[in-house]
Amino acid sequence: MAEIVTLAEAISATVHDGDTVAMEGFTHLIPHSAGHEVIRQGRRDLTLVRMTPDIIYDQLIGAGCARKLVFSWAGNPGVGSLHRFRDAVEHSWPQPLELEEHSHAGMANRFAAGAAGLPFAILRGYRGTSLADNTAGVADIVCPFTGETLTAVSALRPDVSVIHAQRADRRGNVQYWGITGVQKEAVLAASRSVVTVEEIVDSLEPRPGAIVLPAWTVGYVAVVPGGAHPSYALGYSARDNDFYLAWDEISRDRDRFTAWLDRHVYEPAVTGREGVAAC
Amino acid sequence: MLTYTADEMMTVAAARSLRNGMTCFVGIGRPSEAANLARATHAPDLVLIYESGTIGAKPGQVPLSIGDGILAETADSVVSVPEIFNYWLQPGRIDVGFLGAAQLDRYGNINTTVIGRSYAEPSVRLPGAGGAPEIAAACREVVVVVRQSRRTFVERVDFVTSVGFGDGAGSRGRLGLTGGGPRLVITDLGLLRPDPESSELVLVGSYPGVSVRQVQEKTGWDLVVSPDLAEVPPPTKAELTALRELLSTAPGSARQTGAPTPRPVAEGVP
Repeated sequence: MAEIVTLAEAISATVHDGDTVAMEGFTHLIPHSAGHEVIRQGRRDLTLVRMTPDIIYDQLIGAGCARKLVFSWAGNPGVGSLHRFRDAVEHSWPQPLELEEHSHAGMANRFAAGAAGLPFAILRGYRGTSLADNTAGVADIVCPFTGETLTAVSALRPDVSVIHAQRADRRGNVQYWGITGVQKEAVLAASRSVVTVEEIVDSLEPRPGAIVLPAWTVGYVAVVPGGAHPSYALGYSARDNDFYLAWDEISRDRDRFTAWLDRHVYEPAVTGREGVAAC
Repeated sequence: MLTYTADEMMTVAAARSLRNGMTCFVGIGRPSEAANLARATHAPDLVLIYESGTIGAKPGQVPLSIGDGILAETADSVVSVPEIFNYWLQPGRIDVGFLGAAQLDRYGNINTTVIGRSYAEPSVRLPGAGGAPEIAAACREVVVVVRQSRRTFVERVDFVTSVGFGDGAGSRGRLGLTGGGPRLVITDLGLLRPDPESSELVLVGSYPGVSVRQVQEKTGWDLVVSPDLAEVPPPTKAELTALRELLSTAPGSARQTGAPTPRPVAEGVP
């Protein structure tokens, strides 16, 4: 049953050195504040799993939290490169980063297999690409009914999944809507989970199209208004496109990145300014 | 006399390749600009599908990312990411996949993963696959929008992220790819189509003021010119006005202020 705690308590209870951690949210509802908390708590050797590593993992990689990245598209959406990610891959800064690389369809199906309690998922994918030759966990499989050759991808089972949602009620039932990505699958596939929310309400008003994760499927809930910034929470905030553009400059240079981290991630733990991540 | 840039010619030509009422799986960057231009001009009922799960999105401006709020708010339906790939893309329901590329080869194979011979030690690390491999595999046809140079148009891509025609004629069938593959490649210098026999990309459309020789000089293989080579009409005033209006409202559109556009490697990759 979900426990409602502070963000620091939720991360400290769930994310340990060496864990496999999935922070999901497909452009929308990206749990940025939770990522910052992982950085502040100094976690190391994490295997970070996420379809689109985006700015959130650029920060974790640059901060030295990651040993390995499991992903399908590592860019700054609509802007360009993820410079901390590239620096890690091309120059091993601040440390080498092992890659396990898939397509979006493959990653989505791997999460779905994890949620379904299956060892692998089947799709039509990867055939003829160089991905299959360079990625473990991708194999041909023959359909027992038609003889068609399809692709199997191994299930993802994170130790911890972390997501951001619009709201939860006092019992810890979680509700989110808009672009819902692969968060339900990520939470159900994981051993432990953390959900940050914009607000906690007395009871969840039913909403067509919204996903509800019942309290008994969720580990910890923490209230973090604006916790998706610079991503957004539909109905609560808008995507801060200017920050995505500014990140291109901030992240390009190691010193500037480190200074940004000091000012906007490490220092707010003392001053309580977390969530105000300007450039 | 209208003046326009090579990029504007490319985006307009890309928009024209989309027919009204088509369903279109849209990559971010220039493909998204072109698809939104088509919707604003000759194809108001074009169905835009983004891999964020937004089906039938009707943004009033070009979104910066495939997950901008405007896409969800204007969509006919919003589905999860596993669903958009499994139920919508995979069965071949979608007419056209609209993609970008960092490298493209003579058989229309796309690389958006690494530049360099070694995957483990690349000279340039690109964003990776995203949705492109399955878009390229499963859509009824694929249109690629990409700036042309010897760096991007290569004999053989360093890494096959998304399959065009593989090793040539018959490859797609042998690989079990269900969609038709690249129908058209639109660049800032001209239009290329696969030869019906060999599946090799050949020049079929030239732009006003761009010579065949210029296009060949910017191609990393011996580019064959189709006997049916035709000149592509320049952008009309209506097309240019609509395009400039669209881009002037796009978030972070540096192009509008005359600033150089970095956006190099991630462009067009979903």
